[in-house]
Amino acid sequence: MTVSLLPVWAVLAPVIGLCALLLLEGRLRPEWVAAPFIAIGLYLSISIAYEVISHEASLVYALGGWLPPLGLTLRADGVGAVLLALTALVMVGVSICAWAPADGAGGRGRSGFWALLLALWSALNLAFIAQDLFNFFVALEMLSFSAVALVALDGSRDALTAALRYLLFALAGSVLYLLGVGMIYGRYAVLDLAGLREIAQADPVTLAALALMTVGLMAKAALFPLHLWLPPAHASAPAPASAVLSALVVKAPFLIILRLWVDLLPLSAATAPPQILAGLGSVAILLFSILALRQQRLKLMIAYSTLAQIGYLFLMFPLMPGPAPWLDIGWTGGILQLVSHGIAKAAMFLAAGLIYEALGHDRVSELAGLARRQPMTLVAFAIAGLSLMGLPPSGGFIAKLLLLTAAVEAGAWWIAIVVLAGGILAAFYVFRALGSALAEGTPAVAPVALYRQGAVLALALCALALGFVPLRPFALLAIGRPLEAMEALP
Amino acid sequence: MSATILGLTGALLVGIGLFGLIVHPTALRKLLAFNLVGAGVFLIFGVVARRAAAAGLPGDPVPQAIVITGIVVAFAATALAATLLARLSEPGEQP
Repeated sequence: MTVSLLPVWAVLAPVIGLCALLLLEGRLRPEWVAAPFIAIGLYLSISIAYEVISHEASLVYALGGWLPPLGLTLRADGVGAVLLALTALVMVGVSICAWAPADGAGGRGRSGFWALLLALWSALNLAFIAQDLFNFFVALEMLSFSAVALVALDGSRDALTAALRYLLFALAGSVLYLLGVGMIYGRYAVLDLAGLREIAQADPVTLAALALMTVGLMAKAALFPLHLWLPPAHASAPAPASAVLSALVVKAPFLIILRLWVDLLPLSAATAPPQILAGLGSVAILLFSILALRQQRLKLMIAYSTLAQIGYLFLMFPLMPGPAPWLDIGWTGGILQLVSHGIAKAAMFLAAGLIYEALGHDRVSELAGLARRQPMTLVAFAIAGLSLMGLPPSGGFIAKLLLLTAAVEAGAWWIAIVVLAGGILAAFYVFRALGSALAEGTPAVAPVALYRQGAVLALALCALALGFVPLRPFALLAIGRPLEAMEALP
Repeated sequence: MSATILGLTGALLVGIGLFGLIVHPTALRKLLAFNLVGAGVFLIFGVVARRAAAAGLPGDPVPQAIVITGIVVAFAATALAATLLARLSEPGEQP
């Protein structure tokens, strides 16, 4: 492992930007204040990814020089570096798309959007590189608070109701998670993942604590049956905010669940917890793909599609049978699904936002004529849909193929069937929207700046480019595993 | 002995709070129930901190630090939820 300050800056830089935004509110346009910090965040994420790949070792920093068990460490491993890069990519795409035309007035709401975007970025970076149960808690709270505020930003009654419901679910989730942390600490007196890995046993106390933490995190990740808050929240947030919420925010609690069951207490695939998680994921895929088909509004349809795609992530738990799960194709497939869904869903929500701006509504049945009037946005929507369906060439195709192969190898036929059925259902709902947009018609279309359409298309093309990742366990995603405890500062 | 009683009280509070969180339909009651669960969890952390006293220490600082963070978070969350509730209950709030 390499000692480096970069992970600390990745968490701190957006917070500094947030302070600058609050100080300069009303004096400068918020976009201009936020832009340099977004650029710095992108630079930091790329440098971390570069360092991790070139040294093939994780970047570590022990805060204040205190080592675990008393101190906290930040550590960007292979998966962490990939997710930092994903976050930066989506944030840049969203920022370009949310960049208001020059004559826009700088209201309080706009300043709030950029401040919350930076707060989210910091929380996400912390969630991806934290190494102990306490830091996870802090990251999750930062994440929930900024996400809830983003949902409520528009101030309408629907948005406030959705935000309140989201907040209540998130709070129930945090308090269950915290209870689990208390039990783990009472049992082992350690909170650091690497330290816990060496002493954790599958006894009733540990299993009960992990179950509590997992249920709490499920409420934040919107896994069936704790999903009720997501569709109204993601559909009533402003489109750029929805893109970040759907693409990134629900992924952080998922990653923590994954780390609990892989890094903290690895169990064999045949035990109950991985099977239950995969079972819930399967129900989510089938149920929410069908519900997505029945939605009248484009944004709600995409929100239900997010619920279904989150289900795919949970399929990976029983598909990592080996002693080193991070070398199994199930691990690569699951992480790739996370990344490709993140990019594709961001592009899709941004496209839906631009469609809403152009037409003044987003009713799926009344999109006729859009293909001729706004072809770039629609192409981006279609490419993102390709990845959700899992058709080649796209990141979603590779991810689903890897999950399918892993399911067949593990003899889990029901998972293979669910993966295939989910793909077909996704095709139905994507084509329903596309078919409506391709119909002849002459709608009144408000102009949307080309650079914003270009940003959406670029994001969608990134999801397409992921389709050229090699079809095998990916060495980058195994960097830094198994976790090693920090003995002393090098 | 007192640690056992405190622990059981904490568990009871968590139980009552979870019951309220699931059963009550109104948001304000859910918010109060969340605070009950929170109080129970903080009490359990207190018990965990007390157990370090067996090793000759006055108390384990790590659970105490977590409780302080938890209380701040719960307070902030309650304030945020109460603000949202207040905005929702304003008459004629239809922008």
